Amino acid sequence: MVLEIKKVSKNFGGLSALTDVSFSINKGEIFGLIGPNGAGKTTMFNLVTSIFPTSSGDIIFKGEKINELKPHLITEKGICRTFQNIRLFPQMTTVENVMVGVHSRSSSGVLKSVFRPKSQRQEEEGIKVKSQDLLKFVGLEGYEEVVAENLSYGQQRRLEIARAMASDPELLLLDEPAAGMNETETEDLFQLIKRIQQKGITVLLIEHDMPLVMNLCDRIAVLNFGVKIAEGTPKEIQDNPEVIEAYLGREEDELDA
Amino acid sequence: MLIEQLINGITLGSIYAIVALGFTLVFGVLGIVNMGHGEIFMFGAFIGVLVTTTFGLPLWLAFLAAIIVTAFMGYLLERFALRPLRNHQGSNHLAPLISTIGVSIFLENLSHHLFGPGNHPFRTPFAEMSIEIGSVTVYLVQIVIFVISLILMAALSFWLGKTKAGKALRAVAENLETASLLGVDTKKYITLTVILASAMGGIAGILVGMAFNAVTPQMGLSMGLKGLAIIILGGMGNVKGAMVGGLILGLAETFIVVYGDSGYRDAIAFIAIIVILLVRPQGLFGQKTSDVRR
Repeated sequence: MVLEIKKVSKNFGGLSALTDVSFSINKGEIFGLIGPNGAGKTTMFNLVTSIFPTSSGDIIFKGEKINELKPHLITEKGICRTFQNIRLFPQMTTVENVMVGVHSRSSSGVLKSVFRPKSQRQEEEGIKVKSQDLLKFVGLEGYEEVVAENLSYGQQRRLEIARAMASDPELLLLDEPAAGMNETETEDLFQLIKRIQQKGITVLLIEHDMPLVMNLCDRIAVLNFGVKIAEGTPKEIQDNPEVIEAYLGREEDELDA
Repeated sequence: MLIEQLINGITLGSIYAIVALGFTLVFGVLGIVNMGHGEIFMFGAFIGVLVTTTFGLPLWLAFLAAIIVTAFMGYLLERFALRPLRNHQGSNHLAPLISTIGVSIFLENLSHHLFGPGNHPFRTPFAEMSIEIGSVTVYLVQIVIFVISLILMAALSFWLGKTKAGKALRAVAENLETASLLGVDTKKYITLTVILASAMGGIAGILVGMAFNAVTPQMGLSMGLKGLAIIILGGMGNVKGAMVGGLILGLAETFIVVYGDSGYRDAIAFIAIIVILLVRPQGLFGQKTSDVRR
């Protein structure tokens, strides 16, 4: 097991965003986290990456409790994420964005960078090569020196994935990567996530694009109003009456409306 | 005459640029105007006076001492005046500004107490040396100031642009939270930024002392306000803007003295603020939107 979520709750003041949610993700799988808007999916991401502290419960990564670590240490442990609303460094170039992602995986610190001995220069060169490889991997070859804000929307999403992969994560969290993408772009994304899986990286995916989720994920958990209502294979989830209700509403509701 | 004034203006402007860089680094990363920067600059100048004039030691030692002392002051500023406010939930976004104003008042009075009021001369061994090129006289001091500023600006640009630490710092400036999620220790880089900015202020202090041969406890305030004017002119948080803005202000001040009325010299900076806010509020190099920073 790579990630274990154990009875995790999160309250914002009086509002409980997540209540006693538990699930676990196996190494190498693509795990989907779905649910209607406001179900608490992104909150879960924020808890795993330690943006917020949990109210109760534990988050275990490779057997180690991580829910009290600082965000940059979570990255060091091997978890990295992308964002629902793209958060690149818009004024930096494409390759520089990825190079920042390599940060936690390279050794030389601030002092070395001031005096710049040879080792630091070589490391810098190595980081650049690695970043260019990652850009090639996500299909952004040739865009290295473009300022990030000038990339198209789909390209920015892929750049976010490349940047997250730069820290050599074992677990990659993707928050609605297909949002705003057209069909071709979504198909490319599907292939990209498959290739990420083939690299041995475990993927936790939040996504609203149901065909994508159902075709891509090995297992899926469904959240509704902060509570997990189902977990299983795509087939099981599609047939689950509670899930259908959460997404489509009850039949009387339909008639009333 | 014109060329000599141009040289004067560039010398003054390159010092302004160094001061403004300190401001703009802290603003870029923390989103606050560090009102204590001018006073740290003033302390740098006094360290220079102590080392060269009082103890009679060489100039390079003065630079070294000023860098060490002002860098340490920068650390204290971040540790005790800024960090507690940042970690305190619900603290007002103006609180750090007020806190740095407090630091500035404290430091000005401390220097009154330590060094005494009035003008302290800053002697350099080559104060009167000059080179004649045709009909143009260039003082050696001016060359030294210009070269040091140039090296400092080039080094900073290179460091920010080409090194891992520099890129991490820019990432922190663009989005603190995202940078931390990518594995950048943001606390370390914030501290580093304030230390770096303060050390640059200290160097600028010595350069001003050399240029004007006078150091006073009050010099921090006017330089602080000019630094603020420059970063508004160049674009808040923008490194290139601070450099160009500094040069523009230095040249403008010099030429107003020569071709206009010297009484308006210190008004130039503030006229520039008014004009730029009316015409191009984001500054010469600023971005239209500020969604990068929260």
